[in-house]
Amino acid sequence: MLAFVLLTVLTAIRILGRNRLRAGLTMLGIVIGVGAVIAMVSIGEGAKAAVAQRVASMGTNVIMVLPGSMTTSGVRGGQGGAVTLTISDGMELKKRIPLLRDTGWGKRDVMQIINGNKNWNGTVNGISPSYLAIRDWSFSSGGAFTQQDVDTAARVALVGQTVVENLFDVGEEPVGAIIRIKNVPFHVIGVLSPKGQSSQGSDQDDIIFIPFSTAERKVFGTQFLGSVGALFASAERSEDLAPAVVQIREALRIRHRLQPDQEDDFMIRTQVDIGKVQESTSETLTVMLFAIASVSLLVGGIGIMNILLVSVTERTREIGVRMAVGAKRRHIVIQFLIEAVTLSVVGGCLGIVVGVLGARVTTVIAGWPTIISAETVLAAFVFSIAVGLFFGLYPANKAARLNPIDALRYE
Amino acid sequence: MAVLICCEDIRKIYRLGDVEVQALRGLDLSIDSGEFVAIMGSSGSGKSTLMNILGCLDQPTTGRYWLNGVDVAGLRADQLADIRNRQIGFVFQNFNLIPRTSALENVQLPLFYRGVSLREQRVLATEALCRVGLQGREGHYPTQLSGGQQQRVEIARALVASPSLLLADEPTGNLDTESSREIMAILDQLNKEQGITIILVTHETDIAAYAEREIVIKDGHVLTDRRARSVVPLSRPEA
Repeated sequence: MLAFVLLTVLTAIRILGRNRLRAGLTMLGIVIGVGAVIAMVSIGEGAKAAVAQRVASMGTNVIMVLPGSMTTSGVRGGQGGAVTLTISDGMELKKRIPLLRDTGWGKRDVMQIINGNKNWNGTVNGISPSYLAIRDWSFSSGGAFTQQDVDTAARVALVGQTVVENLFDVGEEPVGAIIRIKNVPFHVIGVLSPKGQSSQGSDQDDIIFIPFSTAERKVFGTQFLGSVGALFASAERSEDLAPAVVQIREALRIRHRLQPDQEDDFMIRTQVDIGKVQESTSETLTVMLFAIASVSLLVGGIGIMNILLVSVTERTREIGVRMAVGAKRRHIVIQFLIEAVTLSVVGGCLGIVVGVLGARVTTVIAGWPTIISAETVLAAFVFSIAVGLFFGLYPANKAARLNPIDALRYE
Repeated sequence: MAVLICCEDIRKIYRLGDVEVQALRGLDLSIDSGEFVAIMGSSGSGKSTLMNILGCLDQPTTGRYWLNGVDVAGLRADQLADIRNRQIGFVFQNFNLIPRTSALENVQLPLFYRGVSLREQRVLATEALCRVGLQGREGHYPTQLSGGQQQRVEIARALVASPSLLLADEPTGNLDTESSREIMAILDQLNKEQGITIILVTHETDIAAYAEREIVIKDGHVLTDRRARSVVPLSRPEA
């Protein structure tokens, strides 16, 4: 049987080789279909990976707790309107919940920053020292401030790349410089490594970090000492995120003395939640791709079926001869199926080449990241075999059902 | 001599729309193995139908047909294919070779479907082509061969499976006298030297004269059945 299949494959290649133009045109549908799918999947995967990278740039296994809305006399204050979270919440959470590796907090505002004759309006974020580790910030020069700086409300600052670009001349060393935030002089002690866009699309490098206490007392001014803009926590493992969220919620509800019928006065977000939003976008893209792929492969498959039906008619006498010398129905079925699969597989392979080239060209010309995975290529290959089998089945059966006498007499 | 073919009361009815055509009307026939039989008859006499049934390409509507002691009537299509493959060789009038396929590969075909190894297919097919005098033409395509040569390829293809029965349906119908003589010489030789039973359908009396037995079919049954050896009008080359 193996020898039979092997020889039939060779025969099929020869038969298709005789009608190169026809075979080529027939394959075109599959080539375009598979090529388009490969190219678009690789663009989609590239985009997905870029998004994943952005989500990862938040830090590792990060949980964010934001203040909720506050209702005053029936007027709801909107997200983050309440001043419900405090430093002591953050410290308490770390103590109470062993799943959390660390907690940190921050409070941000947009302020004018001045260096010499340059100024820039950037986000100033007063943070606990633990914040940097939780959010995976690293330094391109200099270093972080310490707990001692927080305790003494030292006027030290860490600057992001965007701030550096706007406040300093090219080649000027920011570390050691004195900048003014809201006219308070700060000593720059570190420059942060760039992180790029956040998952929401904002520039994460447009940032200045200063000790929380300094921000509270010397820059922002605050009504409630110890109130924070957001709490951050990190878990050891991603599986810990969900139980940690439940425990944080419980702990905060108790601390905030909320009655069972009261809403939470805070919101908890994890990286997983943020990732989900992005995933649903790429799922839409995937569905669309699948639709395009199905249509083009359907058209390609119909092309194959059409050409095989022509071939069966043209070769009726040949089929008759084969039957007369002892070909069984299954031999005839296999012969035509192999011809169909040969067409679709050769088309599929060409399509893979076209798709990979297309993806490369997209990267070079449009600058979009593309990723070609082995799974995609394999799936395309398997799919083209399936298309050949499916659309070859009808013509092959038609050939096998021929009556040998009629086939032999066919003119 | 053993009975190779035994037909009993074979009837074949075709339906063309509302019209019933009785191609064979209760035909009885017995052929021993090793015989060289010519079947003659005018067109419409039912001889082609008979050939199809004898060749297991078609089934009788009623009646029994034993080939080599096996009741063929009622076998499934795949079983018939097997019988055609192992026991019957066909030589057609219109050189039914597979186009754009070499002579050797055409001859290999029955062995290919039998599942013989490729090496053995080659050896046997080359040998069969030698036997019909086509050594050196293995790689030729049908279009590169003359009518007589094509017919010899067909004989080689029929032979290669070492069948017990060779059915030749007007094998010389499209050939000139010289080629016809060559083809008939080969068939005669196969019959005499290898004991292959040959059934030959023909219009021409001089071709029928090669056979030892002449059966005339008319209106779907046997009209005459003469077992006489007439003088061969054409000289036969010595083997």
